[in-house]
Amino acid sequence: MTFELLLQMFPIALMFSAPIILTALGGLFSERSGIVNIALEGIMMVGAFTGATVTVLLENSTPAAAWYGLLAGLLAGVVFSILHAVASINLKADQVISGTALNILAGGLTVYLCQIIFHQQRTRAFSNGIQKFSVPGLSDIPVLGRMFFKEIYPTFYIAIAMVFITWFVVYKTPLGLRMRACGEHPQAAASMGINVAKMRYFGVLVSGALGGLGGAVMVLTADIQYTLVSIHGTGFISLASLVFGKWNPFGVLGAGLFFGFSTALSFYAKDIKFLAGLPGEFFYILPYLLTIIALLFFAGKSVGPKAAGEIYDSGKR
Amino acid sequence: MTTRKEKIVLPLIAVLLGFVLGSLIVAFTGRSPLAMYAAIVKGFSGIDILNGQPLNSRYIGEFIIQAMPIILTGLSFAFASRTGLFSIGAEGQLMIGSLSATTVALLVRAPTVIHLPLVLLAAILGGALWGAIPGFLKARYNVHEVVVTIMMNYIALHFNNFVILHIFGSVDRVKTAPFPTTALLKSPFLESITRNSRLNWGFIPVILALLIFAFIINKTTFGYSLRAVGYNKEAARYAGMKVNRNIIASMAIAGAFAGLAGAVITVGTFNFGRVIQSAEGYGFDGIAVALVGGNEAFGILLAGMLFGGLKAAQPLMQSQGIPREIAGIIQASIVLFVAMKFGIKMVLDKFERKQAPTTEGDRV
Repeated sequence: MTFELLLQMFPIALMFSAPIILTALGGLFSERSGIVNIALEGIMMVGAFTGATVTVLLENSTPAAAWYGLLAGLLAGVVFSILHAVASINLKADQVISGTALNILAGGLTVYLCQIIFHQQRTRAFSNGIQKFSVPGLSDIPVLGRMFFKEIYPTFYIAIAMVFITWFVVYKTPLGLRMRACGEHPQAAASMGINVAKMRYFGVLVSGALGGLGGAVMVLTADIQYTLVSIHGTGFISLASLVFGKWNPFGVLGAGLFFGFSTALSFYAKDIKFLAGLPGEFFYILPYLLTIIALLFFAGKSVGPKAAGEIYDSGKR
Repeated sequence: MTTRKEKIVLPLIAVLLGFVLGSLIVAFTGRSPLAMYAAIVKGFSGIDILNGQPLNSRYIGEFIIQAMPIILTGLSFAFASRTGLFSIGAEGQLMIGSLSATTVALLVRAPTVIHLPLVLLAAILGGALWGAIPGFLKARYNVHEVVVTIMMNYIALHFNNFVILHIFGSVDRVKTAPFPTTALLKSPFLESITRNSRLNWGFIPVILALLIFAFIINKTTFGYSLRAVGYNKEAARYAGMKVNRNIIASMAIAGAFAGLAGAVITVGTFNFGRVIQSAEGYGFDGIAVALVGGNEAFGILLAGMLFGGLKAAQPLMQSQGIPREIAGIIQASIVLFVAMKFGIKMVLDKFERKQAPTTEGDRV
């Protein structure tokens, strides 16, 4: 692999990383508060559908349509995640079953609405998604400029900013401390006067916001329209990034970059000498295979929130 | 409420609420819920209540065709579930089962009595192997089965397409050459009594699978030890049960059921191997079937027929101007309501207490 090729891969890899990082950070909030959110895939689908739809409907009236699309995707994610919050916090549902139900629901609901709005099983194609741009000045730096600042989607910078914001909120604020307490030992947190249900609502709704944003980012940078297969497992890959990144924002950043590059590799494989002979299907498989391998390496030492996935029983000691 | 009553009443309430929610969505989007129910009735029986058409056995045959694979994927989910595992892998195991069936159907030349059983066996083994992998990773490395089985689904999809496209060579980048008739479950007799539906002998392995499921779970020591692991892993280990081996075995058997579903589709409904564009939803259908069916063989049979009928009604809904995806929405809502069973139970208990204030009220 030549160095030139690696430089070319960077913008594509960062484009794929952004939605994974955002969504995995969403998962971090949810799991740190004690709720396993396997619905991230469905939340991304809802965000992607809403983002694409709003962009298509607004693009004749405003040049910033795609940005409204991102905002709409974020809000749609919040609304959709309320279902998971109500089911798993108020109604004490099994969080994995509830999440699975939401994933099935997202597929049905988004395509149903496509049929209602666009009379086809996908949204209409938008003419412009989020546009690439070059950071003035910084993009002229040799090598580094081409890697991180030239022809880059701004969504990657949003993802990076979210990593720092997440770190600050989760580790440096009382809110973050309380939220983490609910994920580790909710009964102890409750005994200190923390409202466990409220903290968990916060975690799940933030995961809805970030997952919805992640879905919208994905469709508006890597796709031309929303279809049933637009997200194709990225929510689950984000979930794996959370484990891989050890439930830590900077770990999530690293894991997200890793998966972004593995996806980008499939696009450039034909240009890489020793990979060019392999069939395309091999590269489609790669991100999923790497996910399993990554889990394998980190599973034994996993340090997830202790109470995540457990139904909260205030009487338990 | 007693647990026995709960097991019947709660899924029924979930189904009811799912249909209510589905009707609301249909109504809110300006379509007619009545037309949806008419399509569902027609999907089950061919009876058209709006245009007055009588019972049509073709529709019954087609709805059974839809129910067969999802009963099997339901058994798959339920079997793993009984051992405390949440397997989302039926979809991929089904694809590998389908691919194995395709391989044997295309490469082996033998009379039906040998060829067909070999095809089914290959599908069962293929599915079992694909299921055993996440089982092994769970048992040996404690990797959570949910994410692994999902990843295995995507790998199965692309692996299937790779083999069909590059090894067997597809006719039109969509399907392989047709199988020899010796490999097929098709039956001119069954087709003729159901007015040329695609009904085939596939229901026989499905019934056998239901019986085997019930037998293993309820009547064998092995099934008992699987359930013990599901209830409490540590207690089972302490009692001398081989927990890790049970996890792998449970996932493999779950995979076998799903693999068989692949054969039922590939050599029953179709007669060629297929390139698959994206997951076809049999795995998620199976989860819904198992959850509504309470992870019991008989419940799975009924739930499978319900959702099979719903699937069969999809094209009929579409032709009525109701997007076919409403079936998936109803199904997902039902699963969500099943998941909320504690909440529903709380409401019901409150209601029961209000009904009988004299007996309960004094004690409280």
